[in-house]
Amino acid sequence: MEFEMTYVVMACIFGLFMAWGIGANDVANAMGTSVGSGAITIKQAVIIAAIFEFAGAFLAGGQVTKTIRKGIVDAQLLSGTPELLVFGMLAALLAAGIWLFVASRHGWPVSTTHTIVGAIVGFAAVGVGVDAVKWSQVGSIVMSWVVSPAIAGVLSYWIFRSVQKFILNTDDPLGNAKKYVPIYIFLAGFVIALVTMFKGLKHVGLNLSTLQSYGFAVLAGLIIMSIGIVAIRRLKIDPNADRDFHFANVEKVFGILMVVTACGMAFAHGSNDVANAIGPMAAVISVVESGGQIGQKSALPSWILLIGGGGIVAGLLMYGRRVIATVGKHITDLTPSRGFACELSAATTVVVASGTGLPISTTHTLVGAVLGVGLARGIGALNMNVVQTIFLSWIVTLPAGAIMSIIFFFTFKGIFL
Amino acid sequence: MARTTISSLFGSSPIRPLQQHMESVQACIVELVPFFEAALAEDWSRAAEQQAAIARLEREADKLKRELRLHLPKSLFMPVSRRDLLEVLRMQDNIANKAKDIAGLITGRRMTFPESMRAHMPQFVNRCIDASKQAQKAINELDELVETGFGGSEIKLVQDMIKHLDEIESDTDKIQVKIRAELFKVEKDLPPVDVMFMYKVLDWIGDLGDLSQRVGSRLELMLAR
Repeated sequence: MEFEMTYVVMACIFGLFMAWGIGANDVANAMGTSVGSGAITIKQAVIIAAIFEFAGAFLAGGQVTKTIRKGIVDAQLLSGTPELLVFGMLAALLAAGIWLFVASRHGWPVSTTHTIVGAIVGFAAVGVGVDAVKWSQVGSIVMSWVVSPAIAGVLSYWIFRSVQKFILNTDDPLGNAKKYVPIYIFLAGFVIALVTMFKGLKHVGLNLSTLQSYGFAVLAGLIIMSIGIVAIRRLKIDPNADRDFHFANVEKVFGILMVVTACGMAFAHGSNDVANAIGPMAAVISVVESGGQIGQKSALPSWILLIGGGGIVAGLLMYGRRVIATVGKHITDLTPSRGFACELSAATTVVVASGTGLPISTTHTLVGAVLGVGLARGIGALNMNVVQTIFLSWIVTLPAGAIMSIIFFFTFKGIFL
Repeated sequence: MARTTISSLFGSSPIRPLQQHMESVQACIVELVPFFEAALAEDWSRAAEQQAAIARLEREADKLKRELRLHLPKSLFMPVSRRDLLEVLRMQDNIANKAKDIAGLITGRRMTFPESMRAHMPQFVNRCIDASKQAQKAINELDELVETGFGGSEIKLVQDMIKHLDEIESDTDKIQVKIRAELFKVEKDLPPVDVMFMYKVLDWIGDLGDLSQRVGSRLELMLAR
């Protein structure tokens, strides 16, 4: 294969561009809820996002990356012409990066995941042949886009109902908040630790049995819970704050919980969305590294994950903090008691999807979770228009990503072959 | 900067504006107290000043009403039904309208009430203002209701408030009956047109209590969905 270095450099640049875009725009949707509820400041949000996006990408991002790089295109058909896969993946990255750049400029509710999947399907179906697409796999990915917001919605509905039952609608909401919030903290820590144990630690060199995984997850949950309990104890409860609004102090307790779920949300986002940037990049690099072989078995080099995580953090620091600030300003109606319910259910759904290798949209999952709390009569006003525009964006994004990627694919083919 | 998906999902909650509207309605109708003081003392220049103040406050409430209506598109998904919300808003606004009408009619006709009625009028007006004050208290619980997701002890609290509102309203009815009886006793000696309008004013003052009660019962409808 010729131009090997060129391909690798291009893959790294495009991948970094894409990861940067995710950090600049997408992360804001995941972190904005915590900032809007007043649980954390923008600075804290940026720090949490930087650490946990990275951790999520590194520890739990492998499965989704695998799906993106080998799950959609049937590489077997390309074993004679590995360049086509290289061009395709480069084209998909570039197309998705540009489309996201344009869309976020206009504030369209576009998903990174949908764009990259559309782009990959596009180049494979048109550039290589309709048979090159693993349609059943694509089908289940598309299904997961519909199912994941629904699952998150159902989860958040019931989580919020449990909050109402055990805390808000009791005679002593503050006392019960102190009693039950640690349990939610445990749950959040447990779920995320468990998925990480199951899926993430293999490539770090740790192999745990199922039982061990559960044990460590419980342990992780307990540790996070005890930190939470200490934090709740140290809260300053101000009886005067309850004069106007009787739940001011209760919300403070939920604020602690929300710091935990904010970490979970960043972790979940990192575990799922980073793959959109580094999956195609990894595909290109593994083809080049194996000297033109379509290496179905090659493992994902860790340094690629590092590039993805680093790109996200760079985008976040350079641009994302401003977007987080704007998002936070618009959603002050979301108090911690419901913000946490949204984040916990969205993070859980996303992390489980990451574990299964399904690339889903974190933002749309979060929208589903918010609607779930809305259905439990927990939120003052929700614009249902957004749901409509999300459906519209699905219809537009897939062809847009596909068409651009097809154009870039043939351009690369023209240049390099 | 363009808004992101999550931030555009959240609309502005109508709860606080609704409470602010009720606040301004209440500010308007408490002005009826000094107005009646002046009118019953037949101090018409002071009464006219008070009447102007009431009209001004009513316009303010009106403005808030229009703003809230503009921010309630059909696509908004809320914990309370949009229809109930608009209905509460309309009732609240009618309270202020009624206060303006009462002050306007009395000032315009320089209405002099017979001695026997005069003694009861302040009590009647005050009780009606109590009713709307109680309605306001219930409306002020709406943000707590949303916080608890409309359940538990908060519901009970609001229901008790509404029950108390009903009691106040039935008080106003009783006072109204009493004053009507007083007027009936002397109506033959008064100019018939004046008497007609006095009955009308009594009706309108009673309406203040009535409307307040209806704010309460609409609120009760909101609770149960």
